[in-house]
Amino acid sequence: MATRRHFADSACWLGLIAGAAVMVFPIYWMFATAVRPHAEIFEAIARLVPSSLSWSNFHTVLTRYPVLTWVNNSVIIAVVAVALTVFINLLCGYTFAKFRFPGRNILFFAILGALMVPIQVILVPEFLIVSWLGLLNTHLGVILPRAAEAFGIFMVRQFMVSIPDELIEAARLDGAGEFTIFFRVVLPLSKPIIAVLVIFTFMWRWNDFAWPLVALTDQDMFTLPLGLNLLRGEVNPDWGNVMALALLSLLPMLVIFLAFQRYLVQGIASTGLK
Amino acid sequence: MPESGVVTLPATSIARRHRAGWWSTHQRRLVPYLFIAPNIVLFAAFSFLPLIYAVYISFHDWTLIGEPDFIGIGNYQRLVYDSLFWRALANTLVYAVGTVPTSMAIGLLLALALNRHMPARSFLRSLYFLPLVVSAVATGTIAAWMFNDNYGVINAIIVRLGGSRVAWLSSPYWALPSLVLTTLWVRVGFCMVVYLAALQSIPRMYYEAARIDGASAVRQFRHVTLPLLKPATFLLLVLSIIYSFHVFDLIYVMTGGGPGFSTTMLVQYIFRSAFVTSEMGYACAVGIALYALILGFTVLQWRASRQTENVM
Repeated sequence: MATRRHFADSACWLGLIAGAAVMVFPIYWMFATAVRPHAEIFEAIARLVPSSLSWSNFHTVLTRYPVLTWVNNSVIIAVVAVALTVFINLLCGYTFAKFRFPGRNILFFAILGALMVPIQVILVPEFLIVSWLGLLNTHLGVILPRAAEAFGIFMVRQFMVSIPDELIEAARLDGAGEFTIFFRVVLPLSKPIIAVLVIFTFMWRWNDFAWPLVALTDQDMFTLPLGLNLLRGEVNPDWGNVMALALLSLLPMLVIFLAFQRYLVQGIASTGLK
Repeated sequence: MPESGVVTLPATSIARRHRAGWWSTHQRRLVPYLFIAPNIVLFAAFSFLPLIYAVYISFHDWTLIGEPDFIGIGNYQRLVYDSLFWRALANTLVYAVGTVPTSMAIGLLLALALNRHMPARSFLRSLYFLPLVVSAVATGTIAAWMFNDNYGVINAIIVRLGGSRVAWLSSPYWALPSLVLTTLWVRVGFCMVVYLAALQSIPRMYYEAARIDGASAVRQFRHVTLPLLKPATFLLLVLSIIYSFHVFDLIYVMTGGGPGFSTTMLVQYIFRSAFVTSEMGYACAVGIALYALILGFTVLQWRASRQTENVM
């Protein structure tokens, strides 16, 4: 009995390892394609391991396309969006968690309901509004329409409900202004949720595609995903180059994955967001 | 909590309260509105207004050049007789049916397996979770390369195993299955994480009690685990259906909606109508139809989940 159970456990474990290999393989294959000698990419037998390492794809991509400009655009958009979104979502989530005021429930459901509108449904009017504001082909034009994030507000509210009212009331009795309370009492207690929010917002904005595709038409304003789409969409894409750029665009996310995995899991597990 | 230092605030703020008379008397009432104002403004400008505006445009014929022509419900009538619209709707539903139950089932199996003690458990969990941080554009790009008819690694492996090449992305028959497989790669880790969290929140004593009552492992699973996973299952069902109705980036990059219209989903069709054939009114009408569909599904799900919660 014990040996049979042991055998079943081992089979299950080996199955999980095989499955994990399938999950990692596409990432490995991107790497393998990016670093293999160019002639080997179009061999029909697809060697699993490159015969030698070659960095020429990275060199070609960096010299032939404005990749550094794209990196720069991606960084600016992601960083500004994180700062803006995290700050206003914290304020908003805190208000819905800790204040009673007329119109509170209606406003809360209106925000959640309207922000769940998929971007594709309002793509045309969104495009027109942003172009009226003169924000097409600007960083702000990408950042502002996505700055109020329903999931963020929801997540912050859930978290802040559990902050004891007594702490806030005590600060009020001491004569603290509402901003002081928010910055000096509430925020220091909210570090875990701030970390989750920062990581997810960065990931969302870094990986964004549909809206930037519409709002940015000038190649010098492209973000990395748009640049990657440009290379991949060429008539005969040079897959070595494409994979090199894909790998570059993935690097920050891999670093975040390795460093902050705990927060990613926590964010998904607590609200089911992605 | 080391918060004792935080509540004793500097004397200056007390002094300030005496100076700013009007503000301090109205602060309590005005502050909530002030705090939500940035979100409300952004939400009004970039969600609410566009939604109203989309309804308005959907009653017009407009190519972005010149004035919109009012045509009443013309766009909606056209939608009913447009075989491409129905094709896109059917593709969307087939895609949802192909991805939602499968990703949830695989996610559940993974969660159950990875909830047991084993060597390298957290490392294995991480690997299943890894695709979640990869952008849809990168995922679509890698998938397009791996499914490439002539040089793709998947066909190379099939040939080496003695099979014959499959025209994955160039045949209308295989393009959608390729997309479904890629989507599973993206989604199983997500379902796994949600199920793992749910499994870990089940108190151990339930199982102990079941064991004392002599319940077998299978019965424990059926009568303890499964019922307690219901909320997670509902959450995943709603999120996965919404995801499958929204998915745009992956398909745009991987197949572009083709070959033909074999992988054109409703969101692709909206994009195509707006920015390829320049029919703004029609694009908005399709968008409103999609929104109605999503709202309908969400309300159905929500009611179903509330009913089961009441039963439990």
